Amino acid sequence: MAVEQPDMKISIGSLRLKNPVMTASGTFGYGEEYASLVNLNLLGAIIVKGISLLPRKGNPPTRIAETACGMLNAIGLENVGLERFLSEKLPFLQDISTPLIVNILGDTVEDYQQLAKRLNEEEKVAALEVNISCPNVKQGGVAFGTDPHMAHAVTKGVRQHFKRPVIVKLSPNVTDIAEIALAVEEAGADAVSLINTVLGMAIDIDSGKPKLANIFGGLSGPAIKPIALRMVWQVAENVSIPIIGIGGIATPEDAIEFLLAGASAIQVGTTNFINPKATEEIIHGMGTYLREHNIASIRDLIGRARHT
Amino acid sequence: MPALQQKAEIIRSEKLTDDICRFTVQAPDIAADSRPGQFVMVRAAEGMDPLLRRPFSIHQVRDGGLLQILLKVIGKGTQALSKMQVGQHMDILGPLGRGFTYNSKHHHYLVGGGIGIAPLLFLAKQILKKNEPSTINVLLGARAKDEICTLVDDFAGMGLEVKVCTEDGSLGKQGLVTDLMAPLPDENPAMVYTCGPYPMLRAVVGVCRDKNWACQVSLETIMACGLAACLGCAVLRADMNGYVHVCKDGPVFNADDVAWL
Repeated sequence: MAVEQPDMKISIGSLRLKNPVMTASGTFGYGEEYASLVNLNLLGAIIVKGISLLPRKGNPPTRIAETACGMLNAIGLENVGLERFLSEKLPFLQDISTPLIVNILGDTVEDYQQLAKRLNEEEKVAALEVNISCPNVKQGGVAFGTDPHMAHAVTKGVRQHFKRPVIVKLSPNVTDIAEIALAVEEAGADAVSLINTVLGMAIDIDSGKPKLANIFGGLSGPAIKPIALRMVWQVAENVSIPIIGIGGIATPEDAIEFLLAGASAIQVGTTNFINPKATEEIIHGMGTYLREHNIASIRDLIGRARHT
Repeated sequence: MPALQQKAEIIRSEKLTDDICRFTVQAPDIAADSRPGQFVMVRAAEGMDPLLRRPFSIHQVRDGGLLQILLKVIGKGTQALSKMQVGQHMDILGPLGRGFTYNSKHHHYLVGGGIGIAPLLFLAKQILKKNEPSTINVLLGARAKDEICTLVDDFAGMGLEVKVCTEDGSLGKQGLVTDLMAPLPDENPAMVYTCGPYPMLRAVVGVCRDKNWACQVSLETIMACGLAACLGCAVLRADMNGYVHVCKDGPVFNADDVAWL
């Protein structure tokens, strides 16, 4: 029998999503920025720009550079801070039916715990995504994401104070990403999302200097997709919690590859900058794929490439 | 007003010089909402390299839902765009950002350099809706004649007095646009609207401070989204304690709100 209405629903821990397509933190503002371009209510989940306890100014310019099929960024985690997020950004998101996931970051385990505790009080915050991996800040983030013990400690700290799903976002800038994934699973994470940006750089040959003021930045965009896909595969081999795939996803075909590799959901990042309607197009295209292949549920795709 | 995304058909393509061209596209929804000084993000190519959209100030809005951008080839994105043909569609996002603010209380000085002249034509047209041509002075600078002669004609065609200088002396006075500002009588209150390369803007702001003229600058930076999501287009605030973003807080700023390094 032909599949007319494929089932697009997926679960991340206790979180039920109408489809597996989310917006990656730092590429979709606080949702409102895209409201005139995308139907926010169609999305699986909205993940907002990473929030720290106090506002952060970010890095000096130049902050971004285009590279072949990708871009480097060294924004430096500029954000409005927890209080302004709650008072200025959250009210708009309250009226959107799509689950809201808040990405959090901090310098210490205590920072993460405080964020988790306060955000736990906000019913609208359906889940947290813990950024332990941003390569741009010289202190804090980078240490947590590259050391299994620190990653474990941060995850455990957030877990204790947040009662709904906790997703930990992993850095690719490690020797063994599966080791970090195992550590955060063991600490009680409900899911892992990967990958964050890949550390890189670019040099302006006219000035003879690095293009980014920060020298190094995070590479994102289609250029990193094969790396991300490989890492999703490796993590899927080692953990039993759901995986959210991120890295260069621009089309429905890209998203399906990640599901086949073992991801339960995906995030669209840099592509939002170029094609603001990409998330909608990917949701639509994944449905078409399921119909064309006569697959009843999107969940049937998860890890399918691993079983052959 | 919210940003819109449109596939805009190219109606006309004019080659002003070897590396400057002007595109007229049919983008009625974006054009209807556009104000002088605002910008659009244009998809450089269908593929993934070059990846990012490119920002362009809105050069002119014309009857019939037409929108113009002025483009100078500086990299592979603008190179790809410059090759687009009449009948093809440009993927345009806009209108974006905060434009110029103007009223009838000031004398208006429009000061443009090179490709930075682009947004001033639209501004002049809007100011002229409620003001006499005699309230506007247009001061334009460029490296050489061919860069600006078409634009000079466009301003002159609106009945405006245009003063021109070029670095090589091939049109108007030889020198910089600030040389044209210095001898001007102190019409007060005056508002200077300026756009061009950073060193020129800094010099124009300096002259404005000497003359006690208010000044609005249109800034250009590399940017990925134009929507205040990537936060890539940061510019240091005047108090040096944090950043403003060209895409959302600008591209037009009061000169006193940003740092001049």
